[in-house]
Amino acid sequence: MILRIDNLVKHYGQVRAVDGLSLEIAHGEVLGLVGESGSGKSTVGKCVLRLTDPTAGTIELAGRDITRLSRRAMRPLRRDMHMVFQDPFSSLNPRFTIEQIVGEPLLRHKVADRRGVSERVSAMLEKVGLRPEMRSRFPHELSGGQRQRVGLARALILEPKLVVADEPVSALDVSVQASVLNLITDLQRDMGFSCLFITHDLSVVEFLADRIAVMYLGKIVESGPKAEIFAAPRHPYTQALLSAAPVADPVRQRERRRIVLGADVPSPVDPPSGCRFHTRCPLAYDACRTDEPPLTDTRSNGHPAACHLITADRIPDAAAHR
Amino acid sequence: MSLLEITDLTVGFDTEDGLVQAVRNISLTLDEGEILALCGESGCGKSVTAMSVPRLLPPDTTRLSGSVTLDGRELTTLPEPDMRHVRGKDVSVVFQEPMTSLNPSFSVGYQITEVLRRHEGLSRRAAGERALALLELVGIPAPARRMKEYPHQLSGGMRQRVMIAIAVACSPRVLIADEPTTALDVTIQAGVLDVFRDLRDRLGTAIILITHDLGVVADIADRAVVMYAGRAVEQATVTELFANPRHPYTLGLMKALPTAAVGGRLAEIPGMVPSPLSDPDECAFHDRCPRVQTDCRLSRPQLVRQAEGHLAACFHPGGQS
Repeated sequence: MILRIDNLVKHYGQVRAVDGLSLEIAHGEVLGLVGESGSGKSTVGKCVLRLTDPTAGTIELAGRDITRLSRRAMRPLRRDMHMVFQDPFSSLNPRFTIEQIVGEPLLRHKVADRRGVSERVSAMLEKVGLRPEMRSRFPHELSGGQRQRVGLARALILEPKLVVADEPVSALDVSVQASVLNLITDLQRDMGFSCLFITHDLSVVEFLADRIAVMYLGKIVESGPKAEIFAAPRHPYTQALLSAAPVADPVRQRERRRIVLGADVPSPVDPPSGCRFHTRCPLAYDACRTDEPPLTDTRSNGHPAACHLITADRIPDAAAHR
Repeated sequence: MSLLEITDLTVGFDTEDGLVQAVRNISLTLDEGEILALCGESGCGKSVTAMSVPRLLPPDTTRLSGSVTLDGRELTTLPEPDMRHVRGKDVSVVFQEPMTSLNPSFSVGYQITEVLRRHEGLSRRAAGERALALLELVGIPAPARRMKEYPHQLSGGMRQRVMIAIAVACSPRVLIADEPTTALDVTIQAGVLDVFRDLRDRLGTAIILITHDLGVVADIADRAVVMYAGRAVEQATVTELFANPRHPYTLGLMKALPTAAVGGRLAEIPGMVPSPLSDPDECAFHDRCPRVQTDCRLSRPQLVRQAEGHLAACFHPGGQS
């Protein structure tokens, strides 16, 4: 395993952003971490990179516990993990040239001298599909798609083992998004890095991920191989999420049975008792209001879900209940 | 005659770099009870087209020509005081970001009743009752309690419902919704789209829906106009558009969706949108188009009929599939 997170907790004051989350990513695997706003998915990414300190739990990178390493002790490990941000406008320093931005990690980790940097940057820019003359440009001269390619080049130039990508294509138009998604697929295949891909967009992880974990209010409610999650989602929340995303086909879309969730997303300051989804779940019954369902892999097929119905060996079908 | 008719609308903005043409020669119609989607990518001119109707464009720098009529009444030349009456009463707008479009220092109830008192001349009490009914109409639970709350106390989905309630307070003929669900989570989006559908069905409101999301178009719109570089490149009923996309750009957008991947790859649209500063006499899509031929560089294709109610601006449109 390149990454192992065990019972991670991150509270910001009263806000329980992540509240007991465990997940693993194998070498060369792309894990899609899916959730809506406020689910805590970005906080997980920040904890993994130690951009914020976890409240409790452990994070292991390639077998080494990094949860409580000092900034200094973290520094050499930062070669092995990198981040790609959502907003290609604010995540690039406007005063730096593209060469300075992409080459900065090389200098910081002293893996190349000035001349070596220039060569490595040119090679990396070519890999992400940017022409060499882009080196002397500034971020504001680039389009959104080009900037996101620069963000990828910067993240990958040290050939990290793990890339955390937080909504890297969400700010891009569809046609640009398509080319960046193709690029990420190619780079991942060629360079073999593992990836924690954080997004709200199910269609993006369906395209890109090997495995998917679905988050709701700071916890994972279901995880499993991509094909399994899309073909046979088990948790009522995953079922609702899949049914709510409109498909670009009016005939199919208008025949689909949508699961309309009641109520608003509860506040992570005071998450509901029992199962956190019970206030919106069309299938909730007494036990859901009092007992928290464990994430259990009842069929032992690597597709666990946290739902009392599943634990009781019944198959939740949120669509059948209106 | 349609409820709303936009004819040969061209909108430009004076900038330091010169005149930026945001919209070029757009013509479209909207009937009562119809949901029309304006779709396309950033900068295609979809918002500017729609905002030309209530004239919510900066007056000093906007260069507008063409005609916009509502019930046969020309809006582009209407004096500002009359236009103010049209806005909110006949034409109203729902914006993308419900947090910045509500005033944080007034209660929800105040913000709705203010519209009713100003435009409809209702008494405080009558406006309060009407506001309550409106909040109910847009599916807000416990509306009496919500009336006293402030925007920060509401979730994004609830705020957007309040915005819709304000927008439809005076029973507008035309509702313009600019990316109304883009900032919302997908499980919340479904409910808000239901509100629009419901308004159309119950009040006969005509809706212009501005969106980049083809899934939303497929879900809710009756007809759609696809825009590229300031022009309409295709226009059809939604079923027809998705079944037989004629313009290569429309087809490109559909194939670029992550759900349309073939063999683990997405179809890309190479290149970039041309600059809005120049407008050479050629198809604006030609250098990104897989079907480009010599004639595409020599003159600009007009929007012509491809099938019943289906227009496309392409010399080499796709055929019936």
